[in-house]
Amino acid sequence: MLDCGLDMTSTLNFLPLPLVQSPRLSKLPGWVLKDGSTFLDKELKECSGHVFVDSVPEFCLPETELLDLSTVDVILISNYHCMMALPYITEYTGFTGTVYATEPTVQIGRLLMEELVNSIERVPKAQSASMWKNKEVQRLLPAPLKDAVEVSMWRKCYTMPEVNAALSKIQMVGYSQKIELFGAVQVTPLSSGYALGSSNWIIQSHYEKVSYVSGSSLLTTHPQPMDQASLKNSDVLILTGLTQIPTANPDGMVGEFCSNLAMTVRNGGNVLVPCYPSGVIYDLLECLYQYIDSAGLSNVPFYFISPVANSSLEFSQIFAEWLCHNKQTKVYLPEPPFPHAELIQTNKLKHYPSIHGDFSNDFKQPCVVFTGHPSLRFGDVVHFMELWGKSSLNTVIFTEPDFSYLDALAPYQPLAMKCVYCPIDTRLNFIQVSKLLKEVQPLHVVCPEQYTQPPPTQSHRTDLMIDCQPPPMSYRRAEVLTLPYKRRYEKIEIMPELADSLVPLEIKPGISLATVSAVLHTKDNKHVLQLPPKPPQPPASKKRKRVSDDVPECKPLKPLLSGSIPVDQFVQTLEKHGFSDVKVEDTAKGHIVLLQEAETLIQIEEDSTHIICDNDEPLRVKLRDLVLKFLQKF
Amino acid sequence: MPEIKVTPLGAGQDVGRSCILVSIAGKNVMLDCGMHMGYNDDRRFPDFSYITQNGRLTDFLDCVIISHFHLDHCGALPYFSEMVGYDGPIYMTHPTKAICPILLEDYRKITVDKKGETNFFTSQMIKDCMKKVVAVHLHQTVQVDEELEIKAYYAGHVLGAAMFQIKVGCESVVYTGDYNMTPDRHLGAAWIDKCRPDLLISESTYATTIRDSKRCRERDFLKKVHETVERGGKVLIPVFALGRAQELCILLETFWERMNLKAPIYFSTGLTEKANHYYKLFITWTNQKIRKTFVQRNMFEFKHIKAFDRAFADNPGPMVVFATPGMLHAGQSLQIFRKWAGNEKNMVIMPGYCVQGTVGHKILSGQRKLEMEGRQILEVKMQVEYMSFSAHADAKGIMQLIRQAEPRNVLLVHGEAKKMEFLKQKIEQEFHVNCYMPANGETTTIFTNPSIPVDISLGLLKRETAIGLLPDVKKPKLMHGTLIMKDNSFRLVSPEQALKELGLAEHQLRFTCRVHIQDPRKEHETVLRVYNHLKAVLKDYSVQHLPDGSITVESILIQATAHSEDQGTKVLLVSWTYQDEELGSYLTSLLKKGLPQSTS
Repeated sequence: MLDCGLDMTSTLNFLPLPLVQSPRLSKLPGWVLKDGSTFLDKELKECSGHVFVDSVPEFCLPETELLDLSTVDVILISNYHCMMALPYITEYTGFTGTVYATEPTVQIGRLLMEELVNSIERVPKAQSASMWKNKEVQRLLPAPLKDAVEVSMWRKCYTMPEVNAALSKIQMVGYSQKIELFGAVQVTPLSSGYALGSSNWIIQSHYEKVSYVSGSSLLTTHPQPMDQASLKNSDVLILTGLTQIPTANPDGMVGEFCSNLAMTVRNGGNVLVPCYPSGVIYDLLECLYQYIDSAGLSNVPFYFISPVANSSLEFSQIFAEWLCHNKQTKVYLPEPPFPHAELIQTNKLKHYPSIHGDFSNDFKQPCVVFTGHPSLRFGDVVHFMELWGKSSLNTVIFTEPDFSYLDALAPYQPLAMKCVYCPIDTRLNFIQVSKLLKEVQPLHVVCPEQYTQPPPTQSHRTDLMIDCQPPPMSYRRAEVLTLPYKRRYEKIEIMPELADSLVPLEIKPGISLATVSAVLHTKDNKHVLQLPPKPPQPPASKKRKRVSDDVPECKPLKPLLSGSIPVDQFVQTLEKHGFSDVKVEDTAKGHIVLLQEAETLIQIEEDSTHIICDNDEPLRVKLRDLVLKFLQKF
Repeated sequence: MPEIKVTPLGAGQDVGRSCILVSIAGKNVMLDCGMHMGYNDDRRFPDFSYITQNGRLTDFLDCVIISHFHLDHCGALPYFSEMVGYDGPIYMTHPTKAICPILLEDYRKITVDKKGETNFFTSQMIKDCMKKVVAVHLHQTVQVDEELEIKAYYAGHVLGAAMFQIKVGCESVVYTGDYNMTPDRHLGAAWIDKCRPDLLISESTYATTIRDSKRCRERDFLKKVHETVERGGKVLIPVFALGRAQELCILLETFWERMNLKAPIYFSTGLTEKANHYYKLFITWTNQKIRKTFVQRNMFEFKHIKAFDRAFADNPGPMVVFATPGMLHAGQSLQIFRKWAGNEKNMVIMPGYCVQGTVGHKILSGQRKLEMEGRQILEVKMQVEYMSFSAHADAKGIMQLIRQAEPRNVLLVHGEAKKMEFLKQKIEQEFHVNCYMPANGETTTIFTNPSIPVDISLGLLKRETAIGLLPDVKKPKLMHGTLIMKDNSFRLVSPEQALKELGLAEHQLRFTCRVHIQDPRKEHETVLRVYNHLKAVLKDYSVQHLPDGSITVESILIQATAHSEDQGTKVLLVSWTYQDEELGSYLTSLLKKGLPQSTS
């Protein structure tokens, strides 16, 4: 199974979870059907023309019905965003296999999960809405609720014990580590350049190579650059996790982010940056580190609020081996690879586990707050939206590309604060993809259907799709795709003793043949050929006790024969072996050799020889061996 | 027969100057490039002229691997690469790459600035040398070239210490460097998978020692330090800046905390803080516990341990000082030792192995009057204690590693000849593998007998595995195929496919035997009797009676005709191809015996 991601856009259909009682949210009117019935008004609330579910937010899981997940042996994780559904899979589907991921992926993935669980568990919500999910009811709802897919499969957030159990099933691996799976295939993670520890995977046997390219970046940010060379010679390349915003240039967006931030703060407003606790935030902090002094922002406090803020900042500093070259060199000095260490030391950046506690004492405005969750449905960000939303001096800047910012803002409308959309998505865009594919040249490309056509909102942009030859094979949810590849060979090892016993024969110039009769041992999908323990005894030489003792138990394979028999030489040989009455007759296709006394007849043709004789075994065997001398064995 | 050759240029029946040449499948690899602490002359570096007299080293060596940052494993590296001249790749782990140049620079300073030697490598040479270093991750398979690959395993000796597997085709060597099989306060235990190398090159520093539990040693150590401090004495602990130092600092720090002790603990040299910083940044290389808790409490931020100033040595009252270097052969530890040696209240604790020729080795072997520079005699009255805190595997640990890796041969280095001899016998007895212990300059040759990998057509393989899904141990099944050898490629295919690929036609060899049977009955009755007989005897075979009156046993055809002269005799024509030879031959002999009377 490749990756195990969680679709969190489902949470956009829910009301935000406020950290402190929000009079605004609790006063929202219940939703009433057109015919005036109000049976859903407890579950659904209306806000500025949009309808939201008033319940604990739920997530859309990966497909679990299509196949029995207990038959999955291995899950390969490409980056920490793509493992958020792990607890659902490893704990509730009978899965007993192993999950493979790099160390930073596991550690940061744990932080993301911890933050998620924490932000949902700390605001216990009594109500759990389910009536609206009824198919008959859902039909009556306004969009987007009406069109939400698989709502019956939506699940509440997992718990920390489930997270710990899931993570305990992960085997940590390093880049370019070759991992043998059951002796049948080898998997290898490669740096994908997108995030700390993010990887593409190569799945290969001795003859076939499938590359799984997911969430890769060619830009130079903090992670180790993408390893492209190792993707070459792929039979199949599965391509996914491209940028969500193919039209935005990440560098430009960072510039816009900084200038909007500076402008707001100079005007005395606060800046809110909804973000994940790891990833782009490291780059943003690094930009700000270089920017704040020149922009005259040295006295503006930066707050990073997350239950895992401290861990995230600390962890980022200890993964030197997974960082880009520049950062690696810093560690050799030894200096922390990320400059946010200095921001913390100089008190410019402060981090808190939540808005409660120390933060409320230290809090000074105007300020810049980084906090989650980017969906604006849970986490400390909900509080700041409620707090700052009423003033047009403040700005919320969206940098994470996973959620539509308009949808994210919907339950906060009407809103006075400024909203700026600067999505920073460093993953591959279509120009980079075509460059990559030209470089790597896979035989076949496999990708999700949406990459094979322009985005629905920009149907004229034919440049916003994958363009390669042969055209990519596309797949959609729950579709089974057969890869166009036929396996022909496998590796087998010939033991040295057996190799010594082989007699190669040059059949044509440069081509030698040897017949191999050996014992095949197969263990853990590794095949070995060994010398047979002793030559198989012909049944005739055995002592007989009972007739059935003697029955050959399996059919020992005899070699195939090839060649033809020169009659003159054959007759000479017969005579040499004591047959004095050999007579040869010509036939249409060959010859008949007669041994008169023995009443034996040998028909010889180009491609066949037929020995017809009385039941005289020694004679037959003798003739057989003489014939065999003239033939090649295969 | 393919062979692997190993020649130690250093560390052959000796500790120090580790440097081992390995030739495997046409590739030459140099393992470690160390200096010898016991010598100050030419002998301190390995004799690289052994590799080549006049050619360039780069042409002879495919790569150099450094196992860890201790100078007896990397101290000769700048000399080797910059002064003798080597431009190929040098592999080491990230922490080793980070720390190695610091220690080399320190070594250079002591040698050149303090002892005034010339003709030694310079700071620039260290920098240039480090530019040739390629850092490797644990378990990463590094492709040195198309055939040669190396892979690092955790060795637990010091931060970043690694064991290396060197592999060409299916031949492989594992070099352990220095390793530790028991986790300690800051590092984890060495680990390797069952990689079954042709040769395991293991260190054997503690070849004959079986150390008591670590806990006892620690308690002993703390007790001695505590007693000395209580009676107002000074404790000197000579250490190397990185490695055991951190381990003992953690130990003392926690003890001081628990016992609420006030006597100062110092750590000499400016390296300390820097050193601890490396441990913080490379925390992923420490043990599980430290890694898990580092966000809350970083074990390498010490509260009780402060930087040492030279003047402190003369302060009255008790104190504990960690001073470098570890074997009392130079530098600050030796200076402090000279100051404190005369007072019996004081104590020096040697926490690790000392190389012959060093002051450390002398006092440990009981010498109490030392001749110092300028013929001065130093009388040692202070207590001398030895506590093995070196993170080396003991005899038990070495055996454990051999059990883990399952090598076909073992070669011992980095130990004393006498002790090696003992361990060698033990290994040979217990594992029934050859064990070697070459001296420096002596070449050991190991013959390998690799199997030959060939490509088998999936059709043939599937046919073979399908016939018997449950392998019968007693009756191994023969598989039959044809090996096609063409342009260095080996393919095993079914005979039919081989014929087809070569454009050859099959030659069919058929036998037809006349078997006479006495049976007065009608032909079709005879046939029925034959059929019933065969059916009864050949239970596992497909025996069929066809409508045209013939019988088939698998693909063997049997027809009956009446004898032209004798009506009481029937002639059975048994016809089979060479491929059915065994069965055909068996059938004729079976039928020759006639039909049982009872069958009807």
